[in-house]
Amino acid sequence: MSQTYNPAAIMGNADTHSGVTNAKLGVWLFLASEIMLFATLFTSYIVLRMGSTSWPWGWDVLNVPLATLNTVILISSSVTIVMAYAKAYDKDKSGFQRWMAATILLSLGFLVVKAFEYGHEFALGIGPHTSVFYAIYFTMTGLHGLHILGGVAVNGGLLYMSAREEHWRNPLFLGRVEGAGLYWHFVDIVWIFLFPALYLL
Amino acid sequence: MGKYGWSLPVAASSYAGSIDFGIWLIHAAMLGIFVLWGAFFIYLLVKYRARPGVQAVREDHGPASGRMGELKSLIPDAFIMSFEIALIVFYAIPVWSRIKMSAPDVKDPVRLEVVGEQFGWSVHYAGPDGKLGPRRQDLVHFSNPIGLDRAAAESADDVVMGNEMRLPVDRTALIDLLSKDVIHSLFIPEFRIKQDAMPGMKIPMWIKPTKTGKFEITCAQLCGFAHSLMRGDVFVQTQEEFDAWYQGRLATMPATAKPGSAAEDF
Amino acid sequence: MAHGHPELSFREKYVFSVDHKVIGLQYLITSFCFLLVGFGLMGLMRWQLAFPGTPIPLFGHLFPADLAPNGVMSGEFYNALGAMHGTIMVFLGVVPLAVGAYGNYVLPLQIGAPDMAFPRMNMMSYWLYLPGGVIMLASFLMPGGAAQSGWTSYPPLSIINPGQTVWLLSMVILITSSLLGAINFLVTTINMRAPGMSLWRMPVFVWAQFVTAILLLLAFPPLEAASVLQLMDRVFHTSFYMPKDLVILGEAYKGSGGGQPLLWQHLFWFLAHPEVYVLVLPPMGIVAEIIANNTRKPLHGYKTMVFSMIAIGVMSFMVWAHHMFISGMSASLGNFFLVTTMIISVPSVALMTCLVFSLKGGSIRYSVPMLFALAFIPLFAVGGLTGLPLGLTVTDIYLHDTYYVIGHFHFVVVSGSIIALMGGTYHWFPKWYGRKMNDSLGLVHFWGTTATMVGIFLPMLFMGMAGASRRLYDPTAQLHNLPVQGWNVVSTYSAYLLALFQLPFIYNFFHSMWAGEKTPENPWQATTLEWACPSPPPHGNFEKTPTVHRGPYEYSVPGRKTDFWMQTDKS
Repeated sequence: MSQTYNPAAIMGNADTHSGVTNAKLGVWLFLASEIMLFATLFTSYIVLRMGSTSWPWGWDVLNVPLATLNTVILISSSVTIVMAYAKAYDKDKSGFQRWMAATILLSLGFLVVKAFEYGHEFALGIGPHTSVFYAIYFTMTGLHGLHILGGVAVNGGLLYMSAREEHWRNPLFLGRVEGAGLYWHFVDIVWIFLFPALYLL
Repeated sequence: MGKYGWSLPVAASSYAGSIDFGIWLIHAAMLGIFVLWGAFFIYLLVKYRARPGVQAVREDHGPASGRMGELKSLIPDAFIMSFEIALIVFYAIPVWSRIKMSAPDVKDPVRLEVVGEQFGWSVHYAGPDGKLGPRRQDLVHFSNPIGLDRAAAESADDVVMGNEMRLPVDRTALIDLLSKDVIHSLFIPEFRIKQDAMPGMKIPMWIKPTKTGKFEITCAQLCGFAHSLMRGDVFVQTQEEFDAWYQGRLATMPATAKPGSAAEDF
Repeated sequence: MAHGHPELSFREKYVFSVDHKVIGLQYLITSFCFLLVGFGLMGLMRWQLAFPGTPIPLFGHLFPADLAPNGVMSGEFYNALGAMHGTIMVFLGVVPLAVGAYGNYVLPLQIGAPDMAFPRMNMMSYWLYLPGGVIMLASFLMPGGAAQSGWTSYPPLSIINPGQTVWLLSMVILITSSLLGAINFLVTTINMRAPGMSLWRMPVFVWAQFVTAILLLLAFPPLEAASVLQLMDRVFHTSFYMPKDLVILGEAYKGSGGGQPLLWQHLFWFLAHPEVYVLVLPPMGIVAEIIANNTRKPLHGYKTMVFSMIAIGVMSFMVWAHHMFISGMSASLGNFFLVTTMIISVPSVALMTCLVFSLKGGSIRYSVPMLFALAFIPLFAVGGLTGLPLGLTVTDIYLHDTYYVIGHFHFVVVSGSIIALMGGTYHWFPKWYGRKMNDSLGLVHFWGTTATMVGIFLPMLFMGMAGASRRLYDPTAQLHNLPVQGWNVVSTYSAYLLALFQLPFIYNFFHSMWAGEKTPENPWQATTLEWACPSPPPHGNFEKTPTVHRGPYEYSVPGRKTDFWMQTDKS
């Protein structure tokens, strides 16, 4: 059992009862709840599809090439955020800023592509009200898009903070970058499930 | 009966007895458990009240120390568990299967469907041919609440009633339960039957009334501002009375439309 | 590490505080207020139930004419009151009181932590909870009124009824608040324990909060997802819960159809059953604390209790569809959920048995908190036992959705949980304010409250046996309810008496805050860590890091001068 007293844990010290910093444990627990959230949506998707009399094939009605492009973009952004974390670990400020900026640009790219997809569908008069398939498609991709947007905000915040020297002296900063990275991987993984479920199956 | 009743209403269906048996058995058991525990509880409260000069006795220093002492506290649990297992195996699963999982295989059932809507029940009899006439959403009208297609041949001997259900005694009725709008729940206390009417689903159920008389059909699932007014009467009659009533009603039904004359006539 | 104590402004100290104790008290006062509001709504409904169609006395004419024409409440208003009573009591009253108030204040103290793991997030939880609650209340003022589809909000009714959008928005905010809180509690319990505070030295209350936090963390997101889907149905006219070919009041429904109303019920009860244990476990933890302290001996079967709570936590995710036996889901599923439901009763019975056996050999001190803890046992037992015929598929056919259900869960949650939570107030009040609540007023409050609660809820069991359905605006409209209508009157008057008996409590609370008898640091001669720091504890709690040397309930150890041995005492 650890003999360390607790304020150390608040200060980003990993010598806690669990051996993990509070922030990291918190992020993991947050992701557990996020998994429950998306698992519920996937379950609803399955239930609605099983109970439905007609369900279109994703590739017939959705734009698979654009979604594939988005998949590539998102996977790349997972790589760049790992690089950003590695640079932050090495206290390489400009390296961190470069990779973090790349991550943010890729995420924005994802959102732009998604906006094109949505725009095309809206232009055809298709919306969430059209059918249950579109309802679940817009809800799940929309909620995922909001998560991307949240990630952009967090990553942008970290990029902004990294300009100030004081944050590099704060032991919490690296933990925050790591937390953002964990979250970003999660958002990525959700898309890895969404893409086949909606577009390919 | 005064205004302070506390018992079950009269039992008037073939399975009401089995349900009542369970309810009374469980309540007897509950009362037994509660009284025994209550007596023990009060005994402990009196015996172990704080008295000057008497210190509490820790179990790890008392007679029943260690693991055995802790296991002893699971004895009541073991009793309750065996009671529950017996209830499940010998009572709940068999009776549940009989009531809800399959309709009894009878030669000549009364067939009907019951359609719930805000705020009433439509009772649609298949009639002597045993076939329910088809319903269409576009035919729904206040005079034809279930949208029965009277042009269809199966509809010729169908009778539709509002908030009134009549059943012949001692004969099984097979009911399809439907809802037009929100969730309702068909509840006839005297028959001990309750089943939600789920929009988008057709839920089969069955009843075999065993007593003649007038009972009540209500809605047991919140369905809107007039939920409590959603009620009707159930009349259980002898076969002869039922047949006579049915023929009388059939005569008053809008005539079976001949091909061409649309249902909008009424 | 020393805590700096810069002078805090009033705003930082009492409004936007990051101190878990201030936040805990904010939760306490706010949730007690919401309990009163929820109780008030029920008071109005109970008048209508006892005397249907007569004007509500005193208040009737204060309501606008569309809600209560001539002072008689309308069906819409009744349904809105019903939905809001349930929602407010569960999501704004009992859960924030059990978790937000007691968890926040007591848990960090009991494990020897200086604060929660994320103090600012803790503040955010409260400041999401309060606006979430205010929005919920404000929905009464919206055009169309508040939500009218019951606290369960079953579609399609909830999709077509007014008020539901605000309800959903408020729920999403409240869920977010609860999720933040749950993460905070879990991290605090896992990481922030004082040296020596191993898992098996944690008080039962901490274990209860820990299991509760896990339930909140995993059960609330499904409801959040389900609420998002319902919000989509209402705002963007999707058809997640709307099947084809609906005809609503003579008009064909315009949506695409193809959805399933049952989906909502599954998702809702997947949350709402664990939620029941969220309502019950922390109060049980409080009862365990009070009993150990007032019997002056260790709890019987500490580990049995902890394992039972964990078992309940796990099993509570597998019983949800026992609320849906007659909903039209496959009848064979009913058998599965029947079995899981009976399984979950095993650890529940074990917990109750341990509480009763804990009295044996004790030297029972009949203090006011102890009376509440003791009353919890038989009253909660009634609630638990009446769950049996409801959990059994066959008997549930008849009893489902009757007043029997209402009686059952009010015995569990009101005369169970709320009684225990009130006891907690008397128990920990000296910790919060360094003063004691008045005992005589406490006795009046105790006897009045328990007696009137039985007077409210026991008649509901009788009405349920006669087949009276719940959520009826006018019970006398249905003939089979007439033989039991008298009970509604008994229940109503008991409810008004219950309100009267809360006055001594409210007076006692505020009066004792300023003028109560001053108490020493450890007035109850307790063993747990929260009594090893000043009352009220300063920001940062402990003057120096406590070290824990033993289990939580070392009372009456033979050969010691005092009958309690604090966890922090070296020898």
